[in-house]
Amino acid sequence: MSSSEAYVSFQGVQKSYDGETLVVKDLNLDTQRGEFLTMLGPSGSGKTTCLMMLAGFETVTHGEIILDGTSINNVPPHKRNIGMVFQNYALFPHMTVNENLAFPLQVRKMSKSDIEDRVKKVLDMVQLGSFGSRRPMQLSGGQQQRVAVARSLVFEPKLVLMDEPLGALDKQLREQMQYEIKHIHENLEVTVVYVTHDQSEALTMSNRIAVFDDGVIQQLAEPDLLYEAPENAFVAQFIGENNTLYGKVIGLDGDICTVEAENGDKLKALGVNIQGVGFDTMISLRPERVEVNPESGQCSSTVTGKVEELIYLGDHIRSRMNVCGHDDFIVKIPNSANHAQLSPGDTVQVGWKAEDARALDVLVS
Amino acid sequence: MEISQEKSVLVTADGTPLKISLARAQRRSKIVAFSMVLPLLIFILIAFLIPIADMLSLSVDNSITKEILPKSVIALQNWDETSGELPDEVVFAAMVEEIKKAKIARKHTRVGQRLNYESSGFSSLFRKAGRKVKIIKKPPYKEALIKSDKRWGQIYTWQVIKQFSTEYTDGYYLAALDFKRNPTTGKVESLPGKESIYLKLFWRTMLLSSLITFLTFIIGFPLAYMLATVSTRLSNILIIFVLLPFWTSLLVRTTSWIALLQQEGVINDFLVLVGIINNDGRLAMIHNATGTVVAMTHILLPFMILPLFSVMKTIPKSYVRAAVSLGAHPWKAFWKVYFPNTGPGIGAGSILVFIIAIGYYITPALVGGSSGTFISNRIAYHISSSLNWGLGSALGVILLGIVLALFMLYDRIVGIDNMKLG
Ligand SMILES: Nc1ncnc2c1ncn2[C@@H]1O[C@H](COP(=O)(O)OP(=O)(O)OP(=O)(O)O)[C@@H](O)[C@H]1O
Ligand SMILES: [Mg+2]
Repeated sequence: MSSSEAYVSFQGVQKSYDGETLVVKDLNLDTQRGEFLTMLGPSGSGKTTCLMMLAGFETVTHGEIILDGTSINNVPPHKRNIGMVFQNYALFPHMTVNENLAFPLQVRKMSKSDIEDRVKKVLDMVQLGSFGSRRPMQLSGGQQQRVAVARSLVFEPKLVLMDEPLGALDKQLREQMQYEIKHIHENLEVTVVYVTHDQSEALTMSNRIAVFDDGVIQQLAEPDLLYEAPENAFVAQFIGENNTLYGKVIGLDGDICTVEAENGDKLKALGVNIQGVGFDTMISLRPERVEVNPESGQCSSTVTGKVEELIYLGDHIRSRMNVCGHDDFIVKIPNSANHAQLSPGDTVQVGWKAEDARALDVLVS
Repeated sequence: MEISQEKSVLVTADGTPLKISLARAQRRSKIVAFSMVLPLLIFILIAFLIPIADMLSLSVDNSITKEILPKSVIALQNWDETSGELPDEVVFAAMVEEIKKAKIARKHTRVGQRLNYESSGFSSLFRKAGRKVKIIKKPPYKEALIKSDKRWGQIYTWQVIKQFSTEYTDGYYLAALDFKRNPTTGKVESLPGKESIYLKLFWRTMLLSSLITFLTFIIGFPLAYMLATVSTRLSNILIIFVLLPFWTSLLVRTTSWIALLQQEGVINDFLVLVGIINNDGRLAMIHNATGTVVAMTHILLPFMILPLFSVMKTIPKSYVRAAVSLGAHPWKAFWKVYFPNTGPGIGAGSILVFIIAIGYYITPALVGGSSGTFISNRIAYHISSSLNWGLGSALGVILLGIVLALFMLYDRIVGIDNMKLG
């Protein structure tokens, strides 16, 4: 993945609003043509700022943004030909849906009949064929959102940016729209840079996800890798549910390290991001990878846990246990025919494979 | 059938109809709410509605003739004013008697004054008659009165008295619009151009007010835009500068314009100094229409800026950004997307400034000279100097009518709900 074949490329980009703090710190990010790339991160991590720099509404303090091989640092936003969906949709309230959609075509001086054709086509694409003469105010949130997507696509840009476009919708509608946007992306083969702080949205829609924190990309990877192989403690904790066990590395054998937990238990884990023997580490372990009362030889680490709480969730049972001195250790027990029958207060054995426990850096603060 | 009957009246658990018990439950809170607005209601009634009603009645009131000359007016009913003959002895007798009575009550000049509005000369006629009637002791009154002043022997005099002795009159409105009722024929005629002043004045008031509104818009729009786009901290400081004029006396603001604009004032001095004009060619910028426009534009500017600002602040930045991202040049984005959304602010600001301007009094009076005074200055003149309250009221009612008409027109075109006053 060299930068020469990248479609959009951030190269050493930094951004500061006030000249005192860097909101974006040394951002390097390549997007392939036709990719659906999501920027995911907590509030204030600089996602919108990156998007705005790409769209041209914020200046780049340092570094360069390359679009299709040429630097766009000095290209004014209206000449970048980038479609954009805003968080509050930014539909023009004084224009009808048709006029909103025709706007980018009119400024491109297209002929009336061409405009009509395109507007109709794009309206049909978002299934709003009969709403053309309404004002945005007369549409529901979901419909407005579709118009906003349609408007960002109607002038056939190669790149579309979306800043939390589904943030204002309820859960059900959001899921439906996720599917529709994904569909449009596949059909039109546009490149999409998408911003969200909803991780399930990121996981379902994206080809790759860039996890942001504090102005730095923590990890850039495909959704499954991000979930199954987080490279640092922030990503492990931010994506999905996660058990953390703190300890000190006391031995290292190839990839597998031995960690002494705070209460003295010895655990085996995959050394992903450790500094070496004698240093502190944090083990990340997904709740569904923990076995209760494993058969001997199945797991490389086994410790005792005390059941604190059980929550019945239908397809599985969540069990909160006290493991290695921490009482927030979650185990997901599938509701299979012969699953372990537990009750609060029981003492059980829990175990896992060394590859599922990832020894990572320790988060400060 | 019975079932649906029963269902149509909903009842509460104890059997009283729902509507009644709801009204009962709300009565108390309604009384409380009403008693809270009562002082305001009384205040509005006393300070606003009653004066307006009073003004309305003053502008058509003509009871003075009937009040002071009741018998003469009745007697005149039997006289045919087109016959070419003078009224008979009965009328003259009544007139002499009533002028005597009015003289004692010191009211005879008021009839004269009233009739003088319609035809000049009546003021002196009645004043003179007041002095002379006391020597007329016995009939025939006709000859005696004509002897005291030969105008009593003219048919025209009696035509005027008869014509303008009705309880109500449209005379003030006609005068306010530069018309006049011919006493002989009773027909409405427009005044010759030279004497017509009110229409010209109304027209000038509208024209200058429009100009002032336009100027406040031209100056206020960029300012409001700046206020709405800079950081909140800075805009809060700048808003104070916009409001500062409100904390200075209107008189001070107006007179400081005199200091600036007068012939020996700062601006003329400066222009002479840099040699743009020579000393003999000093510009007349005050005590004329220019002075009124300049000073009032300044004074009314906040009324344009504040509604504009409050509307602009609610327009999300993302509108223009969206337009730009769609390929529109920033200017085009501003014009096509931002500007139309400021409509409610422009409407509110314009109508506010225009309505305030149209009734403005103090500034035109101070800096307007003769070519820059407004209709309100004329109203003030009639109320306080000429004491022709009827005409003053009629002018006021017409002004009120114009404002209401404009308001309705605005509502038709733009819609009152589309207006945002802040
Ligand atoms: N115009 C601005 N001026 C100064 N600071 C800003 C400005 N815009 C954003 N910031 C700061 O930059 C940081 C990153 O903001 P940004 O909007 O990029 O976050 P985000 O990741 O999009 O967050 P969210 O998920 O809440 O939208 C924040 O600390 C914010 O306070
Ligand atoms: Mg954001």
